[in-house]
Amino acid sequence: MNRTDSPLVATPTQTTAVRLRDAAKVYRTGEVEVPALRGISIDIPYHRFSMVIGASGSGKSTLLNLIGCIDAPTRGTVEVCGEAVGALDDDHLADFRARNIGFIFQTFSLVPVLSAYENVEYPLVLVGTPEAERRRRTTAVLEAVGLGPYAHRRPNELSGGQRQRVAIARALVKAPQIVLADEPTANLDSQTGTAIIELMRRVQAESRTTFVFATHDAQLMAQAHEIFVIRDGTLVEHRHGRSDA
Amino acid sequence: MKLLFKTAARNILRNSRRSLMTGSAVAAGALAMMLFGGFVSYIFAGLETINVQRVGHLSVFRAGYFLFGSGNPAAYGIDDYRRVMDLISTDPKIRPLLNVVTPTQSLSGIAGNYSGGNEASKTFLGVGLVPSARDRMRQWDEHRTGNARPTDARLSDDDESRGLVGVGLARILGLCGSLHISECPAASTKADTLDSRKPREDIVGLAQLEGTSSERKDGLPHLDLLGATVGGAPNVVSLAVSGAEAQGARELDDNYIAMHLGLAQQLVYGRGEHKATGIVLQLKRTEDLPAVRARLNQLIADKHLDLEVRDFGELAPFYVQVVAMFSSIFVFISLVMGLIVLFAVVNTMTMNVMERTNEIGTIRAMGLRRGGVRNQFLLEGALIGAAGATIGALLAFAIGAVVNTMGWSWIPPGNSSPTPFRVDLTGHPSLMLGTWIVLTLVAMAAALIPANRAARLSVVDALRHV
Repeated sequence: MNRTDSPLVATPTQTTAVRLRDAAKVYRTGEVEVPALRGISIDIPYHRFSMVIGASGSGKSTLLNLIGCIDAPTRGTVEVCGEAVGALDDDHLADFRARNIGFIFQTFSLVPVLSAYENVEYPLVLVGTPEAERRRRTTAVLEAVGLGPYAHRRPNELSGGQRQRVAIARALVKAPQIVLADEPTANLDSQTGTAIIELMRRVQAESRTTFVFATHDAQLMAQAHEIFVIRDGTLVEHRHGRSDA
Repeated sequence: MKLLFKTAARNILRNSRRSLMTGSAVAAGALAMMLFGGFVSYIFAGLETINVQRVGHLSVFRAGYFLFGSGNPAAYGIDDYRRVMDLISTDPKIRPLLNVVTPTQSLSGIAGNYSGGNEASKTFLGVGLVPSARDRMRQWDEHRTGNARPTDARLSDDDESRGLVGVGLARILGLCGSLHISECPAASTKADTLDSRKPREDIVGLAQLEGTSSERKDGLPHLDLLGATVGGAPNVVSLAVSGAEAQGARELDDNYIAMHLGLAQQLVYGRGEHKATGIVLQLKRTEDLPAVRARLNQLIADKHLDLEVRDFGELAPFYVQVVAMFSSIFVFISLVMGLIVLFAVVNTMTMNVMERTNEIGTIRAMGLRRGGVRNQFLLEGALIGAAGATIGALLAFAIGAVVNTMGWSWIPPGNSSPTPFRVDLTGHPSLMLGTWIVLTLVAMAAALIPANRAARLSVVDALRHV
C-alpha cells in the first residue's frame, strides 16, 4: 500500500499540466462505432482554473477521463504532468492517479459506509501517508471546507452541498497536481452551487492547484482562466478567461 | 489494512438482512458439521474404547497365525510365551507406555450341557484369558467415554473353572433359566436333532474319565467342553458358567466362551507344555501405538523370534469399517454444506458488487489497484464466513451441551450394550478449528469470482453505473 517510493510522482517543472496530441476515442457498441473524441490536441497549463465546455455528448467527460488516466485513447497520446501515461500498466496508472490526480464527481461518489473524515482520509491511506500526518491533513482540509463539526457523519447524514464539500476535501487532501471536476455543481441548487464554486476558487487560489472542469454552469465558467470549447469530439475554440492566476 | 477491515465490516453490516441470511447459511453449515463431527468423534472414541478394552492395542502372534491360525489355534502357540512377555514388559522404551500385557489362548470345540435334563451341545469359539488382566483392560477409557467397566467378579484368577458364555450360546445350551437371563426364551419344542438323539455318552464318559463333570458344589451350571489337544487327542474340561455376556455380533454371541487361561491351556495342551496363541498389549495412550509397534518389530527382529504384531484395527475390521463409513458420511455432509455456503456467498457477493459498482469506480479512480478491490471483496466474504462459522460453533457448543445433559443412550454398531449418546466437541479442538477454517476459506473462495469481476471492471463504466 505504501507507494512513497513510486517513480510516478510528477514534478511540475513544465508549464503544461496536460498535453493531448491527436487524441481520439471511439466507443464500440456491438458492430456500431461511436466516436467520442475525433483527434484532439490540447495543452492545459498548470495552476489554472480550466474549463472544458460543450453540449451534452460533445466529449467533455471523455476528455476528462483521458486526462484522469481512467480511460485510454483509441489513438493519439496523453501526457499528464510530463508523464506519457499510455506507457503505464494498470497498476502504475492507479499509482499515478493516487499521487497526482484528484477527482470531484457530479454525484459526489462518496464511500457510503465511511464517515466524512474517513472518506477524506482514504486517498492518503492509498499513498501510504503515516497516520499522524493523515490525521493532521484530513482535519485541516475538512476545516478548510467548513466541515470540521461534521467530520464523523456518514454521507447519508449530510446535505448535497456538504457531500460535495467532502468530495472537494477528498480531492485536495493529498495535494494533487491536478483536480478534475466533472459537472461538480450539476446536482446542487444554485445557492449551494455558488458556495461550492467560491470554495473551489478560494482553494485554488491558495493552493495553486490545477483545476480542470467539465461543465455547463455559466456561473462556474465565469471563474475560468482557460476555456476549451468542445463540439462533436473536436476542440473548436480555446479562449482565455480571468487573468488573476 | 485497518481501513480495509473497517470498510468490509461496515459493508457487511450495511446489508444486514442479506448478510444475516448468508451468515445463517454458513452458521447452519458449521452447526451441522460440528455437531455431526462431534457425534462421530464420540462414536469413534467409544468404538475404539470398546475394542481396546477387548483386544488391546497390539497383539503378538506366532508368524502366520493371523492369516492361517484361526482354524487350528493350538498349532500356533507361542513357545515360552512368558519369556516373550518379560522381554516386552521390561523393555525401557515400551514399559512406560504399557498399561497391560497379558497372554491369551484361542480355542474351539464343542460345548455340551447334559445336566438337569438338558441334552444340548454346540460348537464354540473360546478365549482363555487372565481375569485380573481382563479387568484392568476393561477399565481403559483414555477418551473419557464413560465406558470404563467395573471389576467383573464372575471371573477370578483364583478359580480356573469359571467362565462366561455369550447370551446366544446360553440360550442354545438351555442356560437361560439357571443364569437368570432376561429376554432369553427357552426352546418350546426340542428340535429333532436334540430329542431324537441319545445323550452324548462319549463326551459324558470322557468327562467322567477326566474327573471333571461330577463336581457341582458351586451351584453354577456347568458345561463340558470337548476339544482336541495339539497332538490330536480328544480332551474334555468342565466349565462353571458364572454368567452370560452379550456379544455385538450374533455369530459371536452364539459361539462365545471366555474362560480362565489355565483352563483353556488345559483343554488345548493337556499335560503338555502350556503355550499361548497371543500376547495382548494395552497401552496407556492410543497415539503411542505406532511407536510401540515399531519397537516390537525391532525386538522380534533382533531376537530372531518367529512372531508377528497386529493392531486392533486388523483384529477388529468392523471398527475400521464403521470409522470409514462415518468418515464418508461426514465428508459427504461437509461437501453438501460447503456447496450451500459457496452458492450463498457467491450470490451475496455478486449482489454486493452490482450494488457498489459506482463505488468501485470511485475508489479505482482515486488510485486503488485492481488487487485492492479484489482484496476488499475477498475480505468481506471471509468475514461473513468467519462470523457465520463462529455463530455456528457457539450454537454447536450450546446444542451439544444440551444433548450431553439429556442422558440419552444408544447401541452403536457392533456393540451389545447401550452407550451414552453424546456430542464430543471439547475433546476435538481440531474438528472445531478445522470446520471453522474450512468454512471461512470456502466463503472466501466463493467471493473470489465476484471479487475478480469487481477488480476487472472498467473504471469509466463503473463510474457511469447508477
